Amino acid sequence: MKRAVAALAAALLLASGASGGAPPRVDQALIDGDAMPPKLSAFGLFAANDPARPVASFAYTLNTPLFSDYAEKHRFISIPAGTKAHVREDGTIDFPVGTVIVKSFGWPDRDGGRPVETRLLIHRATGWTALPYIWDADGQDASLAIAGRRVPVTFKSPDGEAHSIRYAVPNKNQCKECHNLAGVIEPIGPNARNLVLPAAMTGDATRLYFDNPEALKPVLPRWDDPKSGTVQERARAYLDVNCSHCHNPQGSASNSGLFLRWTDPVGVNYGIGKRPTAAGRGSGGMDFAIKPGDPDHSFLIYRLESLDPGIAMPELGRGVVHKEGVALLRQWIAEMPKEGG
Amino acid sequence: MPFLGLRHAATLAFVAAFAASPVTAKTISVSAGTPDANEKLQEALILAEPGDTVELGAGVWKLTDGLSLDVDNVTVRGAGTKDGEGSILDFSGQQGAGEGLLVTSDDVFLTNFAVLNTRGDGIKSKDADRIVYHQLRVEWTAGPKATNGAYGVYPVESSDVLIDSVYVRGASDAGIYVGQSKNIIVRDSIATENVAGIEIENSFDADVHDNIATKNTGGILVFDLPNLPQQGGHNVRVFENIVNDNSTPNFAPKGNIVASVPTGTGVLVMANRNVEVFGNSFDQNGTANVMIVGYRYDQKDPKYQPLPRAIVVRDNQHGKAGYAPAFAGGAEIAAAMGGAIPPILWDGAGDAVVLDTVPVLSLNLPDVTTPQSEAKPAPADLSKGTPPAPLPGITLPESMEAKVQ
Repeated sequence: MKRAVAALAAALLLASGASGGAPPRVDQALIDGDAMPPKLSAFGLFAANDPARPVASFAYTLNTPLFSDYAEKHRFISIPAGTKAHVREDGTIDFPVGTVIVKSFGWPDRDGGRPVETRLLIHRATGWTALPYIWDADGQDASLAIAGRRVPVTFKSPDGEAHSIRYAVPNKNQCKECHNLAGVIEPIGPNARNLVLPAAMTGDATRLYFDNPEALKPVLPRWDDPKSGTVQERARAYLDVNCSHCHNPQGSASNSGLFLRWTDPVGVNYGIGKRPTAAGRGSGGMDFAIKPGDPDHSFLIYRLESLDPGIAMPELGRGVVHKEGVALLRQWIAEMPKEGG
Repeated sequence: MPFLGLRHAATLAFVAAFAASPVTAKTISVSAGTPDANEKLQEALILAEPGDTVELGAGVWKLTDGLSLDVDNVTVRGAGTKDGEGSILDFSGQQGAGEGLLVTSDDVFLTNFAVLNTRGDGIKSKDADRIVYHQLRVEWTAGPKATNGAYGVYPVESSDVLIDSVYVRGASDAGIYVGQSKNIIVRDSIATENVAGIEIENSFDADVHDNIATKNTGGILVFDLPNLPQQGGHNVRVFENIVNDNSTPNFAPKGNIVASVPTGTGVLVMANRNVEVFGNSFDQNGTANVMIVGYRYDQKDPKYQPLPRAIVVRDNQHGKAGYAPAFAGGAEIAAAMGGAIPPILWDGAGDAVVLDTVPVLSLNLPDVTTPQSEAKPAPADLSKGTPPAPLPGITLPESMEAKVQ
């Protein structure tokens, strides 16, 4: 009996092309349709449902990533065969319909680094759709969690501190809250100024997926690498990646008038000498988002150091304080000349 | 590939379930009593389709995360706002999100439920046109506390906003706050024990009428602030409200603009133009029944206009006021004037016409950069100016009014 099962399994593997034949392929019809399948495996985005075996056009990293409770993220993109992405003038990337951007979240010291969740951003004819999947307890597949969920996780941050949190997997609407640009969902991470392609992916390989790959110029410094930029440059990269998806004139925090894109001028609307508008308790009794030379009286810092939902920024995706990120911003503010900077 | 085929079949069944377009609008009922009630409620708000109603059963939801709605033309209807019989969304144990309920879609109707003790704002709607807030209770049940959330009901960056028969208590900023919006009615609502009862900020075309603003720090505020995407607030009518006993000590976190509102303020107009305050009933506002001021903080926004202009105050009833003016130097001025200052206070900046038959005190600070310490308080006669043409009043789309009939 056991042998029969093994033989059947081998036959199935052969049939699905996992050993030798055609490479595994994503289910493009499912991606292009409008379904929200209950299981992640339906998409065929991982060979044998193994999160370590993405069926990708290419994997990518970012010079400066969004902080998500110290989670390690694995990102890849699937672009339909025969179509190409185009880098727009402003650095955003126009991915063809049928593209899926896949991001898995886990911690190296938790469950052998296996992901807790995998988020999909699918470009359909009707626009981008965000779908969150949580990996099942047996790790064999992940289930759609359209309403999000809190998952208890325990891990150590790089400084060795142990954390036990109820990690928040976002719901479908919360995905949009961050990915919202003028009311529609847009990708955030893969942007010409931050996207880093695998070292092995050069010339023709890049041209396979981009019609203007020369426009991919990751100019953002690495927030944690002093060799890659000055304190100010790295602080601005950090704010761009961690804040500006909401804090821009078309984002979810447009009404705040606080705009933190890499390209925004460093003035009042960048928080410097800016009084609280609708900050509520987020002001922490302080007068300014950024008070040059005085991080202890800059409520931008106060909000990044808080875990209280009525105070904490970002509002979503953070259940612990990013000490190293805050330290960089503190240094940046401390080094600003006082009196108007 | 037998099992791949099977899986695909299951997927297709799911497609059919979710992609089928509704023949008629449906009602999705959610019960508070099930163990996964929170997830089911959020799921209903996500899976609702335009025209649908999400019906909240009676009972208490103990919510740990903020809810959100991003589907146009959805009604969220509860069984009532009262403890013990209504639909109560209790956020006392909230762990995430900046508000209790966030609405980001158009033509939404929220009615007949309560939102309690959120960590941040109660109900926020952003870029949500034609939203109707109706028969809602948003409350911090321990009363005024600095740790309460900022805004109770918070529509922002929206066109056509109706707030009708809403009760808000305990907000550490404003109970009912309408920001950077256009074409607004706030009516028949009660705001009590908030820092600001009702606040219209950086907004155009608003009617605030037939409300009760009582026991707040300040009753009704009409503000404009610099460095925001929409500024130049104008055309606001505040009329036929009851604005009394706004005596709660200011409990807003310092730095926020409302933290500067003196306890005992009835209506406060700051840096707006064409604001009409008429037919209101004022009483027991210890600082002033009506205050008209400029924006007196440092600011370098070239597009910002810090002065109040074309403000009209007429036909109001004035009870007792000015007996405890809670601004720097207020007590001295009151003492010098025999124990109380006049019920209408103007900082001397911009222009206003006051036709009420009560005295007006001017601080004679026409330049907003002059510190308040240089005030030269003296009675002023503002009845001689020519009032601007009356504002026409706000009309909302029929579809909105029909919802509350």
